[in-house]
Amino acid sequence: MVEPELTRAPVLEYSVGTPLFMCLAIPGKILSAEDNDGLRVGRVQFGGIVRSARLDFVPEAGIGDYVMVHVGFAISKVDETEAQRTYALLQEMGALEAELPPEENESA
Amino acid sequence: MKYLDEYRDGKIARTLAVEIAAVAKRRWVLMEICGGQTHTIMRYGLDELLPSNVELVHGPGCPVCVTPLETIDKAIALALRHDVILVSYGDMLRVPGSNSDLFYVKAQGGDVRIAYSPVEALKIARANPDRRVVFLAIGFETTAPANAMAAYQAKREDLANFSMLVSHVLVPPAICTLLSSPHNLVQGFIAPGHVCTVMGYQEYGDIVRDFNVPIVVGGFEPVDLLEAILMLVRQLENGDRRVENQYVRSVTYQGNSAAQQILKDVFEITDQKWRGIGTIPRSGLRLREEYAAYDADRIFNLELITADEPAECISAQVLQGLKKPTDCAAFSIRCTPENPLGAPMVSAEGACAAYYHYRRRAIAS
Repeated sequence: MVEPELTRAPVLEYSVGTPLFMCLAIPGKILSAEDNDGLRVGRVQFGGIVRSARLDFVPEAGIGDYVMVHVGFAISKVDETEAQRTYALLQEMGALEAELPPEENESA
Repeated sequence: MKYLDEYRDGKIARTLAVEIAAVAKRRWVLMEICGGQTHTIMRYGLDELLPSNVELVHGPGCPVCVTPLETIDKAIALALRHDVILVSYGDMLRVPGSNSDLFYVKAQGGDVRIAYSPVEALKIARANPDRRVVFLAIGFETTAPANAMAAYQAKREDLANFSMLVSHVLVPPAICTLLSSPHNLVQGFIAPGHVCTVMGYQEYGDIVRDFNVPIVVGGFEPVDLLEAILMLVRQLENGDRRVENQYVRSVTYQGNSAAQQILKDVFEITDQKWRGIGTIPRSGLRLREEYAAYDADRIFNLELITADEPAECISAQVLQGLKKPTDCAAFSIRCTPENPLGAPMVSAEGACAAYYHYRRRAIAS
């Protein structure tokens, strides 16, 4: 049975690589993490897309962990369930692409 | 995916709305601070699910909206210089300055570049050693640690052609200012989830005590917000006043200590002007003396220009929750996202833009 959904207005359109909401963060899975001369840099998977992101503020997070990334920096570690749920919400809001780092983003 | 249903399921949302209606015996006015939360409320029509005696007013939590006019004018002045590359988060380009905006300056040949992360501004500075790269560092506590990191790295690398035009704002002093206003109607606050992810919520206990208002840290999804509203209404009806955390899956009491540490190392607290509200004591961040060489305000000796908002724009009252966007005569007629009179119509986080996108039909009827 399909549960009733909240009524939603159509999504806004925004350009890729410009944060749509300065207060949001996008969840991703850490694929690699390395110390780059005192800066902590990692490859993070957002759905099917991999980007580099800074991990300086989440020293407790390692490979396989999920983090919330805001303007290229991870600000918190979250569990996988939470990450997937938030990811789907951003997708639905049309904010996903906008919150993703641009492709050639070099994270240090 | 079962997870999705849990936080956006219409049935759960309606159940919560029914519970709020059952608990709320008197009239309560609540404010969400964060622009992203405002957006969720308008997009899902949460305000319409609530009983008529529980009213939501929208707060000043849109960083683009509260960046002072002077900062925009300074950024425009810098972007007009031939030796400068101005790097900004994208939303800032269409915010009206006194006479122009960054988008217009860019169209006229000014070197204005959009960045997703402050790290990109550093990269541009390294790639253009003969140009002076200025990063327009705006944002609340969520964004400030990333911007602080850019200054930290620039100093470490001795990146002499990089500087930041800083306009950072802090949430707790803004709440205090709203509560101190003789016009204040707000009886409870939803605190912003990602600001608290960074800062924790230890700062909010004093506000609860000093002003006798409940504060609930809330997330960004429809069910998060309804839960936060229910928690606030319960407290108000029971006569309780305390800080509660609805957004436990991201927020801890202490917050992110590594992010807080770099904030302390790079920035210091200062008085800050908020567009539409005015100067709020100790409500902003500026670069510490050790970072003076990276402070665009100091190295470019920027002339202070002050100007007023267009008389017709009521964004000052909108940002303080005193008026709704639809109370404005210019709304959706002379003021649209394509041709904004004030900043809250520019950003997706701005209350006026949220109403414009989701609530125009209601105005017409």
